[in-house]
Amino acid sequence: MNADWGTLGPTFLTAIGQTLWMVLVTMLIGGLLGLVLGILLYTTRRGGLLANRVVFTVLNVLVNIIRPIPFIIFITAIGPLTIAVVGTQLGTTAATFALILAAIFGISRIVEQNLVTIDPGVIEAARAMGASPMRIIRTLLVPEALGPLILGYTFIFVAVVDMTAVAGAVGAGGLGDFAITYGYHRFNWVVTGIAVVTIIVLVQAAQFLGNWLARKALRR
Amino acid sequence: MAPIIEFKNVTKTFTESSTPVTALENIDLRIESGEIFGVIGYSGAGKSTLVRLINALEPVTSGELIVDGADVAGMRERELRTLRAGIGMVFQQFNLLRSRTVFGNVDYALRTAGWDKQRRRDRIEELLNFVGIVDKAWHYPDQLSGGQKQRVGIARALATNPKILLADESTSALDPETTGDVLRLLKRVNAELGVTIVVITHEMDVVREIADSVAVLDAGGLVETGPVFEVFSRPQSPTTRRFVETVLRDQPEGLDLERIRERHTGRLVTARVREGDRLGSVLSEAVGRHNVRFDIVYGGIQAFGGRSLGGLTLELRGADADVDALIAELATTTEIEELSV
Repeated sequence: MNADWGTLGPTFLTAIGQTLWMVLVTMLIGGLLGLVLGILLYTTRRGGLLANRVVFTVLNVLVNIIRPIPFIIFITAIGPLTIAVVGTQLGTTAATFALILAAIFGISRIVEQNLVTIDPGVIEAARAMGASPMRIIRTLLVPEALGPLILGYTFIFVAVVDMTAVAGAVGAGGLGDFAITYGYHRFNWVVTGIAVVTIIVLVQAAQFLGNWLARKALRR
Repeated sequence: MAPIIEFKNVTKTFTESSTPVTALENIDLRIESGEIFGVIGYSGAGKSTLVRLINALEPVTSGELIVDGADVAGMRERELRTLRAGIGMVFQQFNLLRSRTVFGNVDYALRTAGWDKQRRRDRIEELLNFVGIVDKAWHYPDQLSGGQKQRVGIARALATNPKILLADESTSALDPETTGDVLRLLKRVNAELGVTIVVITHEMDVVREIADSVAVLDAGGLVETGPVFEVFSRPQSPTTRRFVETVLRDQPEGLDLERIRERHTGRLVTARVREGDRLGSVLSEAVGRHNVRFDIVYGGIQAFGGRSLGGLTLELRGADADVDALIAELATTTEIEELSV
């Protein structure tokens, strides 16, 4: 059961690097675009700041269609799109593209759900001061829901780490790929275990950081 | 002088749901500059909608609504924002930003209005001093009591020196003592800063204590309007009368009446007491002449718009014909109602 860490070590470090890179880029780009989509879902609904039935219906249906698709199917199904954009459907960059797309739709719902909890009276107060919808979105919606939003993003972070492991199936690299290739396929439980523990540590660290930031934002 | 707010045949219909709901119908109303104007009505009467028409949070469906010289109904979104910046608003649930301190909440209004940093700082200090909450400047809304939150709400609403302040049930979430504090503060805002205040409420005490004029709303229609004392001393509609009865207990009922009847065998009449009518003088002079004796058995008198108004229930003892004559004479001075046995 002993693994040759002299040769496996660098591969392992590369895998960690790939996972971190995929997760961070996904969280950065997907997080930002998911925030925009979530705000659009929230503000275009009936009675919202930018109420627009057509825009809301289109976005809402789109999110409802894409979000429930299991990621392993999603990543293969959008293959042609990935090739068109990235040039290949294999490897870390291709997987990241799929991760970002999936994350946008997942995050948008979480953002929308957290914005709904804002007291409509506060938005009305800002309107009564003469604030424009854009100003309210920028200076009120996000700051008022910041605590729950941080927790939502932490939840998504963990889900994205999970999805990167699935992405290993299409040759994305990363810890999930490492665990399957060098651990599972070679019946080496130590290697599998180390990869799993690394993922757990990563998730725990993210959860801890997220909880800490949310507490600061909520002043509790 | 032209009124600062004037409703001309204003109707408001909500059409979002499948069945349109008419919240206000054919409202004609004048609110003079510098007065405190009360709008009273039960929940669902359309008060909150009426106040939201003034700063165009809700658009008028038909009619004209002149605010500070311009018709709100025809304004574009950009003009509406300018209009709103000149009208302060305070809310029942305060509606403070939870993510900002007291300072930050007032600052939000000033930033929105585009004030520079130094002016904002000076203005916030001035405002927090005015409402008496300067020691809580760095507290968050969650750390404040209801009365303190409403002070912040008022400071925020006054930040940009508005000519008009809209108070939507601003004391309904507060206990009686705090309500008094907030009402006195609103009175100061009116007297010292000359701000016209429109107070929306379902509580008679609020109108009675601070309003100069009043409009009574019922089921989306305007029932009565005029100076507070005039409207409540001679209520023309059942709705107005019911509101007066919520603060004036001048006529005994139920157990009170039974108890009074047990001890007082004479005839019971309730006389309206209205500042200026001099009921006491008339009564004291007339009882002797009619050979009738009286006792005061029940009653209540309160200030409405700064003038006394109420009623006293009297027991009149004497020959039936004499009592009849006295009642007839008193009836030329004020309203007299005999309590049937």
